[in-house]
Order: sequence, then structure tokens, then C-alpha cells
Amino acid sequence: MEWLNAQLRRIPVWLVYLVGFLPAPVLLYQGATGGLGVEPIKALEHELGELALQLVIVGLAMSPLRKYVGLNLMKFRRAIGLLAFFYVFCHLLVWLVLDVQIPAQIWADIVKRPYITIGMAGFLMMLPLALTSNNRSVRLLGPRWRSLHKLTYPAALLGALHYVMLAKGFQIEPLIYFGIVLGLLLLRLPGARRKAMA
Amino acid sequence: AGLGLSALAGPALADKLEPNSWQEITSYNNYYEFGTRKEDPAKYAGALTTEPWSVKIDGLVERPGDYDLQDILSEMTIEERIYRFRCVEAWSMVVPWNGFELADLLDMVGVRPEARYVAFETLYRPEEMPGTRFPVLDWPYREGLRLDEALHPLTLIATGIYGKPVPKQNGAPLRLVVPWKYGFKSIKSIVRITLTDTQPPTSWNMSIPNEYGFYSNVNPNVDHPRWSQATERRIGGGLFSRRVPTLMFNGYENEVAGLYDGMDLAKNY
Repeated sequence: MEWLNAQLRRIPVWLVYLVGFLPAPVLLYQGATGGLGVEPIKALEHELGELALQLVIVGLAMSPLRKYVGLNLMKFRRAIGLLAFFYVFCHLLVWLVLDVQIPAQIWADIVKRPYITIGMAGFLMMLPLALTSNNRSVRLLGPRWRSLHKLTYPAALLGALHYVMLAKGFQIEPLIYFGIVLGLLLLRLPGARRKAMA
Repeated sequence: AGLGLSALAGPALADKLEPNSWQEITSYNNYYEFGTRKEDPAKYAGALTTEPWSVKIDGLVERPGDYDLQDILSEMTIEERIYRFRCVEAWSMVVPWNGFELADLLDMVGVRPEARYVAFETLYRPEEMPGTRFPVLDWPYREGLRLDEALHPLTLIATGIYGKPVPKQNGAPLRLVVPWKYGFKSIKSIVRITLTDTQPPTSWNMSIPNEYGFYSNVNPNVDHPRWSQATERRIGGGLFSRRVPTLMFNGYENEVAGLYDGMDLAKNY
């Protein structure tokens, strides 16, 4: 594990940003050229949302991985968090601009449709996190920064719930995402460590 | 049956419906027995065996039995019907179906006077249907119509698209098409038709009754609890496709509104 951690430390953070960002233009290009099928708007929306959720899960997994497995990915946590926010933002933009299109309809959906309300709440929670993901904010906010960034937990839960709620019929995939997020959050409860060790 | 087309398709065709391409119609499907993603049916339905095929027709009919598809087809007149197809998920297509009127089939087997409803069942063959490993719905898929809806001349049993046999992902070898109702009413790969005197249970209604009613007529004024039904997106418009208003009864109001005279369509969604 020490060797692996040493190798990981040699990966520059900018590379993580670059690799993490690449799917966005690729998806957009595929959507414009038929690579996402005959209904690219929903496909793009779905892909971006799923990517965001996957990145949220990677971010949430980092501290348990260090704690229980000894794998240290903390160097990349900010990059992963910001990329997750980036994809949530793109997902929202596609929904606003390409999918719903009609401004009055957008507000009606946010207020009337619980799964959209919940998705929107998750996005709003991520907003201050993205804005304070810089060294200056960490310095300025001091211990309050840590408290503020606990918003990651409810945001992740809302994101996963948003996916479960929009599924038609009993579908396995959103439930798997929800289960993983829930599991990663439960690991953080006091006492979880002792149980995991026992 | 020939009369139906000239008498009814006229007004429906008044705005010159431009059919979607074969590629669009056959690559973007909801057929959950093969998976819940739109591309799953095209990917996995190849495993489906459609020959031989027979349809059990039973319940309140004069001549119940297992009818071989070839025997049914030899009695029916196939015609082309270009219909709007509106999914409950708020996307739509225009499909050039080939098929016969359900009324003709019901006439062939003889509907007993006590019959009030028609129940339909999709094939349930887990070894050929990977999607049925998951309890997405309570298999087999079931649908139903009121008898007068079933006998309406617009109600079609489709056996073809663009003059070719219905592809497996679109519900081969024969499927229902009820153009004024949301797509999920148009049940695919039918193996059983039962005439009943009570309203039959239907899959989506059994699964989520507050979202999917028995009638499920296309209605821009009655929203799905999770999304608006006021507008729809025509498949094929690409990344910047504009939404278009959804039409009452999917544009077949003149033909079918009379079936629902005096009914509260918000309550009977």
C-alpha cells in the first residue's frame, strides 16, 4: 500500500482535472453527431447526471479508503469534488436549456415535482462548497470550512434520491447508487469504525 | 376494414404527418422485458423467438382457442396507418404501421354480449428476455381496453412498420396500437387476448396507480405527477429539438372524444 500511495502521489492533480473534464466535450460532440442515439437531449442529461453521481461517490469513498484500507487519495479530493459539481452544473444546464426550454415550466417543475425539488436542493448545497474549494477560503473560514463542507453528505444523499425518484418502475441501478451513497455515509457515523473493525 | 382508413385516417392525416425514420423507430424503444434503457430492446430482442406464434383468445368469446398467427393473418386485411405515437415520458414519433383493425379480429372470434373489456398479455419467456430478471414490473406485461375502445376503427393490431414485419424490439410479431393513448397501452408481442365483464388489471396501473390510470388517454391538461404532459419532443430533432404542444387525445379528438362523453378525464386519467 505504501508503494501504491507513493505512486499515486506522483500523479499531478492537473491530470485528474484534465481526465475528469474530458467526458464533457466528448459527450457533447456525441450528442451533436448521433453518438448518443436518436434522442440526444435525455441521453446527455442522463450521462452527465450519472457521471456527477459517480464522482460524488468517489469523493465520499476517499476518507473511508484511507481509514480502513490505508489508500491515500486525499490529494485529489478537491479535484474530484469540483468535477462532481461541474457535471451537476452541466446536467442542470442541459435540463434548463435543451430539455425543458420553457422558463415558466422550469419554475413550475422545481416547485411541483419532488424529484426536481430534491435535485435542485442538492445542487444549491453544492454551490457554496464549489465556491469555497480554494486555499484562500480554507484559510479564511478556518474550522468553519470543515463544518460547511459537511454539506457534502446531505447533497450526496439528495443526488442519489433524485435518481431513485425519477426511475419508472422498480429499477435496480438507481437503488445501487443510493445504497453505495448510504453505505459511505453510514461509515462516518460514530461507532462505525469499531463495528467495521469487529 | 378498408373503409376505416378512408373514413378515419383523413382527418388524422390532415396535417400531413411526416413519419420518423426506420432507424429512429427501431432504435429508441421501451420494452422493459429486454431492459429499461432505450437502446436495450434493439440490443437484446434478437433472442426472441417469434415463429411459431399463436395467440390464445379466451374469456367471453364465441370461439375461444389458440389461434396460429398465420391463420389469423389469412383472415385479416392489412392496411397502412400513419399514426402519431406519444409516450407517457413526453416524447413522440410518427409511425407508419401496417396492420388490421382489432375489431376485425374480435369479429372473427365472436364477442359474447356480456363482454365489456378486452385484456391483453405480452409473452413472458425469461430465457429470452434478460430484463425480466428484475421485478421492474409484475410480469407478464398486461394491458386492457374498454370494449368500445377496442372496437374503435382507429384501434389497430400492427404486424408491420414501413411494409416490413414489426421488428422484435417494437413488439413482433403482433402488437396493439391505440394512437390516442400513451404508448404503454399499446402492448407488444401479444400472446393472449381475453374478453371480460370486469375491468382487467393493467401492469403500470398495478405498479404505480397514482401515476398510470386504466384509461391513460393522451391529455395535455392532466400532468403526470412527476412531469408535465403539456408538451412533447418529437424524436429526431437532434440536440436542439424544440418542444411542441401535445394535442388532446394525441390529435384524434374528433374521432374518439365521444367515447368519453360525460367522464371526468382528470379523475379517469
